[in-house]
This record gives sequence, structure tokens and C-alpha cells, in this order.
Amino acid sequence: MRPEKKDIDELSGIETTGHSWDGIKELNTPSPRWWLIIFIVSCVWAVGYWFYYPAWPTLTGNGERGGTEGTAGWTQYKQLEEQQAEIVARKAAYQSRFDASDFSTIQNDEELYAFAIAGGKSAFKDNCATCHGTGGAGGPGYPNLNDDDWIWGGTIEDIQQTLQYGIRGNHDETRFNEMPAYADILDAEDIEAVADYVVAKAAGNALPERGAVVFEENCAACHGEDAKGLRELGGPNLADAIWLYADDRNAIVSQIRKPKHGIMPAWEGRLSPSTIRQLTIYVHSLGGGEK
Amino acid sequence: MSDTAAPLKLFAKKERVFPKRVWGTFRKIKWVAMVTLLGIYYLAPFLRWDRGEFAPDQAILIDMPARRAYFFFIEIWPQEVYYLTGILIVAAVSLFLVTSLFGRVWCGYACPQTVWTDLFVWVERIVQGDRAKRMKLHKSKWTFEKIWKMALTHSIWLVIGMLTGGAWVFYFNDAPTLLEQIIHLDVPMSVISWVIALTLSTYIMAGFAREQVCEYMCPYARFQSAMFDKDTLIISYDEDRGEKRGKHKKGESWEGRGHCIDCTACVQVCPVGIDIRDGLQMDCIACGLCIDACDDIMDKIDLPRGLIKYDTTTQLEKRREGIHEKLQIFRTRTFYYFGILAVVGSVILYGLLNRAETELHVLHDRNPLFVQLSDGTVRNGYDIKILNKTHADRHFTLSAAGIDGAKIRMQGAGKIEADDLTVFADSVGHFRLFLSAPKPAAKRHEIVFELRDTSGALVETYDSVFISEKP
Ligand code: SF4
Ligand code: SF4
Repeated sequence: MRPEKKDIDELSGIETTGHSWDGIKELNTPSPRWWLIIFIVSCVWAVGYWFYYPAWPTLTGNGERGGTEGTAGWTQYKQLEEQQAEIVARKAAYQSRFDASDFSTIQNDEELYAFAIAGGKSAFKDNCATCHGTGGAGGPGYPNLNDDDWIWGGTIEDIQQTLQYGIRGNHDETRFNEMPAYADILDAEDIEAVADYVVAKAAGNALPERGAVVFEENCAACHGEDAKGLRELGGPNLADAIWLYADDRNAIVSQIRKPKHGIMPAWEGRLSPSTIRQLTIYVHSLGGGEK
Repeated sequence: MSDTAAPLKLFAKKERVFPKRVWGTFRKIKWVAMVTLLGIYYLAPFLRWDRGEFAPDQAILIDMPARRAYFFFIEIWPQEVYYLTGILIVAAVSLFLVTSLFGRVWCGYACPQTVWTDLFVWVERIVQGDRAKRMKLHKSKWTFEKIWKMALTHSIWLVIGMLTGGAWVFYFNDAPTLLEQIIHLDVPMSVISWVIALTLSTYIMAGFAREQVCEYMCPYARFQSAMFDKDTLIISYDEDRGEKRGKHKKGESWEGRGHCIDCTACVQVCPVGIDIRDGLQMDCIACGLCIDACDDIMDKIDLPRGLIKYDTTTQLEKRREGIHEKLQIFRTRTFYYFGILAVVGSVILYGLLNRAETELHVLHDRNPLFVQLSDGTVRNGYDIKILNKTHADRHFTLSAAGIDGAKIRMQGAGKIEADDLTVFADSVGHFRLFLSAPKPAAKRHEIVFELRDTSGALVETYDSVFISEKP
């Protein structure tokens, strides 16, 4: 039903649509003009936008990674590449300085040092944290890189060597030494005796005689006469407060009987030489780095 | 709905307000306030304040890139933004206090919305003439005259808007440098976008929104009545004296009628377009222009001024009883506001006067919490931050107290020693520190880091912990 003349609502003074539901009428309040104009302008704008920018997926995909190309030739991929190139270029300035400098120069240059620590830290989290923990604190069987106890040496060159070639790894230059299983070599009593000796040694107590003899004959070759370890052979220091596997007597006995050995993979070839150098400086900075 | 009652209108179209020109005491105050406030706004960034070699010499400067704010002798680092809270509290309470005493005077004289609107209306009047002419022009067809008058008005508005935005950016940059850049048209993008944004907002707010901001957008308008009481000065039309209003011919007697001659001068000058004779309304910004208008009329018809005036409800009531009542400034309400202002103000002042020039912050390593060393001692790592807020390079000695046999080692590029930490002027020194000590009895041992200057005087301390066992 169309009303012949405008039906004005008494209360609001606004025209109604003329529709009536159970006596309730609807006011005719069209969208405001300004709103409509913006809407139309947006529609027109959108059409231009579709041509100017990549907008539509296509079946053949002649644009970059599928879709229309846009007359502006702009894509997010291109933008990303440009931005990345910018970052790489910015980084390159430090990178070339870093590559041309030796360790001691880097360690004395605030900028290069910060560059190395930042790079080393993220490489560490990506590659090393799995075994050594995100903070480098290790765990049973995985050396703590924060402390001052090093099995194969803690100078910057030692750390670089370990990182590069690994320990008991598959690189030709890897350092490789394993503790034999003494369950096959010594009798049970000797093993108990030498375990007592090691515990006493670490605690600084009086040393049992029989254990001393057994140690001297079997262990000193790798762990040193004084049990303080031999780094050339990767024999850990047994006379200090740090234990790689466990510090109670039972664990020591079982390590003597059937030793466990960790493997450190060689990172040469897997990480760039520069990353390995950054990692070296980072690990050295954790607190135990030796001069 | 009954047929007899006039249909209730729920919607009213906004009427455009064309305030008429008026002259008088309050108009004068408004001009003075406008010139003073705009003067401060435009000139303040050019004030200089010598802060030495390493800090900017601008008296008022918000230095975003360096994260510093300067206000004359006050200098605020991002760590100290709580001063901003204090300043905002003071500003709010001052506004409450003033409102409870004098009503909405902030709105009438000092609010930027009012000041710029006033300026825009003035431009409008200069170009298009006073109220009647403006109304006529507004209703007329688009003649040549209307076009050039409108174009001129809007251009001037835009220029004022641009100057407003232009002044704003000086607070965030070194003003003389920026001015030179602007003259050479070599301006950073951020500056341009700020100027554009403020030009447009000034143009829209003062040119078009005007009194609607005060009525509908301003939150202060909504709650200011909570600060009013019977002793608050409000703009009021003296009904006792004015009614019954009506036209008056010269020489006619004033017997049996009120003094209001219903000339509507007070309505015509009102920038928010209300009739003050209807009583106090939320929209009234207490600008006093209606007072000027009515006083002028009263002078003309030889009646005493003050038919419309700043008045309090108490004064009105007392007057009916024939008593002259003075303005009550000290009431419970104002007493509280004064009190809050005094307390907050003293706290801020105390804070600023005793502001530490040096700060020490220590963050204990979380990963790992502690490290067992081979000789049986335990080592903890800390991140140290030393804030040097002075304008000179400084050297410090850092030590740890409260733990026996402790040794400190600094870690970082080059040779850094705990007894000679250099922190450059106006900057933050960031250091790595290792503290090793024989295992204390407690798993978690309280320690204190002490920062001393070269003379050995204790500058700052920081309470921290030494952890030696898994908790
Ligand atoms: S009523 Fe009077 S005081 Fe209030 S806004 Fe209008 S002119 Fe100003
Ligand atoms: S200006 Fe004074 S006299 Fe004229 S209408 Fe207003 S109150 Fe009445």
C-alpha cells in the first residue's frame, strides 16, 4: 500500500515508510548524505585500487605468485625484499668489520662485541640450547658453559675448535677420547675403592690407599696424577666441585663401570664461519671464558 | 495521543549560531585572555634555558627521539612519567576548585576550544559583517559576493589552523632549527603530518563544531554540575528584578513590571546560542558576554546594571531577605580541593627538588639462577643499569655488601673494572656483573649493591639477592 501523501510521524516529525506492522510504523530515515557520498567515493576508489595494486587471484597467475599484477608494480613481496636488503646492507657494515677482525680486537671493540653477542645469542638459541639449555647452563651429561670448568679447554681458541670440529663427532679434526668400561677391566672391589678415592679427593678428605693405587694405575693417564684432569685428552677434572654426570657415589661407580659419553656435533659446514665465531665469543662471555 | 496537546518534538535540527558583537568588561577580559594565551602558545617554544653542553637549550621541549621532557628547571626521563600523573591531578583538582568557585569560567575564557572559536568568529565578522549580515549572507543564494566572502573566511581559518599546528610542532623540536627548516621547506614528514592533522582539527573544531563541542563532546560539561553548589558563582538572570518582562516605551513607568525589556540582546550575543533567562543551563560556558550585552541595554534605558550577572544562589536568596551576602570562598568543598592541591603539589615539588641525579637498577639473572664454580664457590650474574641524569660524564665504583668473601668481575668489551665504571652525560650505562662467593648458609641471600662516586660518597643502593641453590 502506497500512501497518496506523505505520512508524517507525529512524535518525531519524520516521514514514515508507510509500512505498518501491528500498528507500528517504520520511520523513513535514510543514511545521511555525507555517509552516502563517502560510500560512493569508496566504491570508486576501490575500482582504481584493483588496477593499481595487485588485487585479484587468477587461475593462470601471471602476476607475482599468482594474481593480477597491478599497474603500480608494487607487491608485498617486493617490499619485503627491499626492506630485507636494507637490513642486510645495514648489517653488512658490521659484518665486514667483524670478519676482518681477530678475536682480541672484537673483544675490545664495543660495537663489534655487541654485534657478536647479539648474533651469537640467537645462534645459540637455535642450535645449542637443545643440549646446553637456553641459558647455557647444561644439565647432567651436558656441560654447563657458564662455569669455569672446561673439559677440552676454555680459551677462545679452544671454544672455537670445539664448536668447529665437535667432540667425538664425525669431523676429521674432531677430538675423540672415550673412557673404557672398567666393569670389564677391574674387579668390583677395585672399582668401589677408586670411587671412594675420587669422592674423597673432590671433598678434600684423607685419601684411601687402595683407591690411590688403582687410580694411579688406571685413571691417571687421562685424569692426571692429581686427578685434576687432562684437557688434551678431554679427561675431566675429578678434584673439583663440578660433576658432569652426577655427584653421588653410586653414580660415580656406575660411570666407572659403564661410562656414558656425550657427543658434540661439529658445526663446521652447518654454520657459517662467521656464525661460529660469534658463537665462540658468546659462549666465552657466559662467565667461564679463559684468557 | 490527545489532540489537544501540541505534538512533542523529539528531534531538533541544529540551529546555526551567529553571535552578535558586544563590548564590555567581560569581552575585554576575553580579548586579554585570548591574546595572552595565544601569545604563550606561539612564543613559549622559543624561550631558551641553558642546560649546558649535552642537553637542549629549549625551555619547554618534549624530545621524543631522546625520550626526555624539559620544562624550565624540570627534566623528566621516561622512568619518571609519574610526574605527569601528578601534574594531571593538580590540573584536574585546580579545575574542580575553580569550577566550584566561579562555575564554568575555564570554558568561557581559557579553553582552547573557546579561544580558537572566538578567533574564528572574529574573522567571520571582519569578513562577513556582524550578526544580521552574516545571517542574511548565510541564507542568500550563491552570489559572487557570497563566494568571495566565504572563500576568504575559510582561507583565513585554514591559515590560522596551520599556524596552530605549526606552533604545536615547535614543542617537539628545537624551535629555531625547525623554523629554519620550515623557511627552507625542508621539513620532516612527521612534522608535516602533525601540521596537517592540527590544521584540519582546528579548522573543523573552531570553524564548524564550535559550541557543539562544549555541549556534546566535552566530558567536563557533563560532570561540572557535580562541583556546583549554592555558593558557586554562576551567570544568572535576576528573575526577581527582570520579570514580568516586556517591551517598554521610553518614559513609561517601571511600576508593576520587570526590568527586562525583552530585547534579546543577551540571546543574540551568546556564543552557544542559549537564552540565559531560562535559568542556568549546562550549555552556558560562563563567558559573561550576555552580561556585557544586558549592561549595555540597562545603561541605555537608565536602569542599574546587573540584571544579568555573576551571582550565587545564596546571594540571591539573601537578597530577597534584604541581606547583602559576600562570596563564600572557604566552604567544605573548596577546603577539600585546596587540601588535595596542597598535598599533591608538595609531593611533586618534594619529588622534583629531591630528584635523584643517579639511579641504580640491578636485575638478577634468571637463566641460570646461579653457577657452581670448580673451587666450590657459587657465582651469580647481574645486569646493571646506571642512569646518569647529570649533564657531565661520571665515574662510579660498584660493590656488593652483605655477603662474605664476594668477588666482583665485570664482563664486557674491553677492560671494565667495577671500581671505575664510566657513564656518559645524560645517558644510561649498561653493565654485566658476575659476583662469586663461598656458598652462604641461605639458598637465597639478601645483598645490597652500593654505588659510589669517585670521592667515595655513597650515591645509590639497590637491594638484590644472591642465590646458591635451587629453590
Ligand atoms: S548564556 Fe551568557 S555566559 Fe552563558 S554562554 Fe551565553 S553569553 Fe556566555
Ligand atoms: S539583554 Fe537584558 S533586557 Fe535584553 S532581553 Fe536580555 S535580560 Fe532582558
